[in-house]
Amino acid sequence: MVPYIPHTESDRNRMLQAIGVDSIDQLFDTIPPKLRYKGLLPINEGLSEHEVIRLLQEMLKKNILGTSYLGMGSYDRIIPPTVSQLASHPTFVSAYTPYQPEISQGLLQAMFEYQSMISELTGLEISNASLYDGHTACSEAGAIMISSKRKSTTLLVSETLHPFSLSVLNTWALGTEVTLVIIPETERHTSVNTMIDSLSEEVAGVIVQSPNRYGVVENYTSLSEAVHQNKSLLTISSDPLSLLLQKTPSQWGADIAVGDTQPLGLPSAFGGPSCGYIAVSKRLMRSIPGRVVGLSTDIEGNRAYTLTLQAREQHIRRERATSNICSNQALAAITTAIHIALVGPEGLTDAATQSYDKAHYLHEQLSHITSLRVDTKSPFWCEFPLFFESKAQLDHAVSFLQHKGIYAGVRLGSLTTKKEDEATLIVAVTEKRSKEELDIYVRYMREALA
Amino acid sequence: MNTPLLIEQSVKGRRGYYYPKTDVPSYPPLPANLQRESAPQLPEISELDVVRHYTRLATKSFGVDIGFYPLGSCTMKYNPRLHSYITSWDSLTEVHPLQDESTIQGSLELLYNLTKDLSSITGMSWGTMQPLAGAHGEYTGLKIIKAYHQSRNDHKRTKVLIPVSAHGTNPATASVTGFSIVEVATDTRGLVDLESLKSLLDDEVAAIMLTNPNTLGLFESDIREIAHLVHGCGAQLYYDGANLNAIMGISRPGDMGFDVIHLNVHKTLSTPHGGGGPGAGPVLVKEHLQPFLPTPDITHNDGYYSFEWDRIQSIGKVSGFWGNFLVLVKAYTYILTMGSDGLKSASEHAVLNANYLFTLLKGAFDVPHESRCMHEFVVSAQHYKEKYGVKALDFSKALLDRNYHPPTMYFPLNVSEALMFEPPESESVEVLEEFASTMIELTELAKTNADVLRLSPHSTAVKRLDEVKAAKHPILTWREL
Repeated sequence: MVPYIPHTESDRNRMLQAIGVDSIDQLFDTIPPKLRYKGLLPINEGLSEHEVIRLLQEMLKKNILGTSYLGMGSYDRIIPPTVSQLASHPTFVSAYTPYQPEISQGLLQAMFEYQSMISELTGLEISNASLYDGHTACSEAGAIMISSKRKSTTLLVSETLHPFSLSVLNTWALGTEVTLVIIPETERHTSVNTMIDSLSEEVAGVIVQSPNRYGVVENYTSLSEAVHQNKSLLTISSDPLSLLLQKTPSQWGADIAVGDTQPLGLPSAFGGPSCGYIAVSKRLMRSIPGRVVGLSTDIEGNRAYTLTLQAREQHIRRERATSNICSNQALAAITTAIHIALVGPEGLTDAATQSYDKAHYLHEQLSHITSLRVDTKSPFWCEFPLFFESKAQLDHAVSFLQHKGIYAGVRLGSLTTKKEDEATLIVAVTEKRSKEELDIYVRYMREALA
Repeated sequence: MNTPLLIEQSVKGRRGYYYPKTDVPSYPPLPANLQRESAPQLPEISELDVVRHYTRLATKSFGVDIGFYPLGSCTMKYNPRLHSYITSWDSLTEVHPLQDESTIQGSLELLYNLTKDLSSITGMSWGTMQPLAGAHGEYTGLKIIKAYHQSRNDHKRTKVLIPVSAHGTNPATASVTGFSIVEVATDTRGLVDLESLKSLLDDEVAAIMLTNPNTLGLFESDIREIAHLVHGCGAQLYYDGANLNAIMGISRPGDMGFDVIHLNVHKTLSTPHGGGGPGAGPVLVKEHLQPFLPTPDITHNDGYYSFEWDRIQSIGKVSGFWGNFLVLVKAYTYILTMGSDGLKSASEHAVLNANYLFTLLKGAFDVPHESRCMHEFVVSAQHYKEKYGVKALDFSKALLDRNYHPPTMYFPLNVSEALMFEPPESESVEVLEEFASTMIELTELAKTNADVLRLSPHSTAVKRLDEVKAAKHPILTWREL
C-alpha cells in the first residue's frame, strides 16, 4: 500500500522486460553492495491519509492560539479569505520556475504585477520577483552595495535593525571579506550623527530600518546626503504596509529598499513562508539578485512576459553571479500581489491608519498605568515598547495575560543580549484588534500589576 | 488573448474589499516631514474582477496538475492535496513565531520529528530546518564547513572543488561564502575523474560539492574512494540533495561518507514548487559538525520541546525565523504517509520510470552514456542540429504544442544540445509511452519538416519571445509602459 505511485504488478513486469532486467533491484547494480542500505529506514511505516490527519490533529492541539499583540517581523492582520482561495490555483501551486514563457504567461504576468506593486510602495524603479525573507534581503542588499563600490568592503549597520536581521547579516559576513560595523543606537533611534562620522573610503553602504526594532519611525534627512557624498549607498528596510503612511525609501534618497511582505496577505504561520522584497534604483538594475520578469513581445509583436536579465544569475554566470539565489518565494509573492489587488490603495491606507490609531490608543491607555513607562517622544506606527520596572514584573504580567488568552507582546530581552532589554515588551497592534479587545488588554494589565 | 494588467483595469474609487470600521478615536498623524509625499499607483478593482484576473492568469500557466513535467533535476512529482488541506489549519497558520514556548509545543515537536526523520533517511546525525531553499541550504552547509575549519585554526582552506556538470548554484554559493572554485573533470564513464581529483587535492581544499547520482543520472560508484581521498587531505564532502529521489531507502549519503547535505523538499519530498518557491532546504550534518549548525537548535526533554540558543560555535541565524514552516509541514506529512516502505518504493519507481523512458528514447537520440540511469537521464539532439538544423530548443518548444512541459535543456553543460528527462514515480506507464511516441514523432518531423519544429510553438498564448529585446530594453514595471 503506497499512495501516489500508479504502477501495477503487470506494469512493472512489462517495463522491466523492455529495459532488459529481471528485477527493480537490478536497476541499482551500479551502487556498490557495501553502500546498499539493508532493511527499512528507521522511520515510521506508511500510514493512510486518514491516520495522518488524526496524528497531526493530535500533535497540533499542543499549539495554543491567543489574541495576539506579537509583532517584530510577523503580524496578525486581516487577510480576506479570497486571497488564499485565489493563490491556491493548481497551476500556480504546481508549476516550476517559469522557464518556458509560452506556457507561463499567467505566472509571469502575476510576478510582473508584483514587481510593479513593490516599486510603487517603495518608490524605487526596479523590483525583483522576491527574495527569501526580509532578513536575508538585508544581506542581499549588502552584497549589492559592496559590489557597487570598488575596494570597499565595510557596511555600517544601525543597531536599531531587527535583532534577527543583525544575526543573519553577521552570519553572512562571517569568514568573508565583509566588515560589519554596528552603530550603537541613541534612545531607540539610529545614531545618525555617529553614522555620518563613521563614513569613510572603505564604507560601501549603510543599512537602517524604519519602523525600527522598537517600532520607531526614523528620520533620515541628513543621512542620505552624507552617505551619497561619501559615494556609498543607502539601504532602508521597512514594513511595506507602513509605506502607505511614512516617507518612502525613495523619498529619503535610498538606493535600495528591502523588507518582508508578510503584513500583506501572508499568515504568520510560525514564521514562514513569508516573502522578502527588494527594490533598487534604476542604475543598480543589473546588480539586483534573483528572478526578474520583464515585458517584451513575441516574434509576432504580441505583449509577452519573460524572465529577463538572466546574465546576472547563477545558472548562467555560475561563480560570478550576483547572488546564489535560485528558488525564491514566488507563490508567497503572488499571494501578496493578490492581497494588494483586492484590498486596493484605499484599503491598504485604511489598514495602515487603523493600525496607527489603534496602537496609539493602546499606547495612551497604557501610559496611565503608574508602574509602566512608555516612550512619549518618538513617532511610531503600529508597534511600541512598554517598559516594566523589572524583568520579574514583565514576566508576571505576560504570563497573567497569557492565561487570559492574550499574547501581550514580544519580550525584547528574548531576542537580544542587552541587559536593559530584559524589562521591555514590544507591543504590536494591527487593524484586526477591536477597541473592546484593547480595553480588555488594559484592564488585565492593570490587574496584573495591581 | 492578452489579459490587461491590473493597473489597466483600475477605475478610480472602486473597491474590492472593506475592513471593519475603526472604533477608536483618530490620533494626530506622523509629523509632516515623516509622511509619504505621494500616493502609490495601485489598482482599484472590484472583487469579481480580481477573481477573474487571477483565474485567467492561472489558465495561462502550466503545472504538474495539468500535464507531464519531465524537467530534469527538478523532480516534478505529484503534490498531494492532503498537504494543502493540512497547512490550511488554524493550528498552523495562526501561530506566531515568537509565542511563548509552552504554546507552540505542536510546532516544535513537528520540527524535531522532521529533523530526526531526515537524519535517518540520509544517514546523518542532526540538522537545521532554517534554510529557505536549496541554494540557501548550500550556503548554510558551506558556512558550517568554513566554521569547522576555522575552529581547528585551519585557515588555508579557500578552495571548493566542483564537477563541471554541477548545478549553477554550487559555484555561485561557494563564491558567495568566500571560496574560490576549482573544477573537477569528468571521465569517459561520466563520473568524477579520480586522477583529476587526486591532482587537485591539497591542504587548501575546504570541500568538494557533489550530487549522487550526478547530473547525468549516474551513480558515483567510486564515492567511498572519493570520500577517503577528500577526508585524507582534511577536506569535507558536501552533498547536494537535488537528486535524492533516486536513492531513498536504497543508499544514504551519510554512509557514502558525506559530512554535510542539504535536501530540496520541493523536489524529493513532494512539496509544491509554487512557480519557483517557496521551497525549503534542510541541512543535515555528521556529529563533528553539529556544534556549528545555525541557532536555535530544538531539544527534547521529557515530552517538552525547547529552542536552544546556547551554541557558542554556531554560525548563527541564516533566516529570520525557523524556516518555511508550512512547507516543512508538507514534507513531514509526506514522510508520515509514505513511511520507510513508501519512500523506498518512490525511489524504486522513479528509477524504473527513468530507465523505461530511456529505453524508449535511446534509439532516437544520441546518448552520452550507454549505461543504465538512475532517476533521470540525458540525451543529445546534436545529430538533429547538424543534419536538419533542429536544436534541443526546437524539440522543447514543439512539446509545448503537445501539452507537455519540456525536459531541462542545455544542461549539464558538458553534453552538447542536452535534453535531460526526469519522469518521477507518480507518472504511469501510459503517460511515459505516450510521451515517448510524441518525442519519436518529433524526430521524424525533424527529418521531413524541420521548419514546423523551428517555428513552434504554434498553439500557445504567445509565440517564441524576443528575449534580446527583453534584456536590452527591460520593462520591469507597469509604470514604464
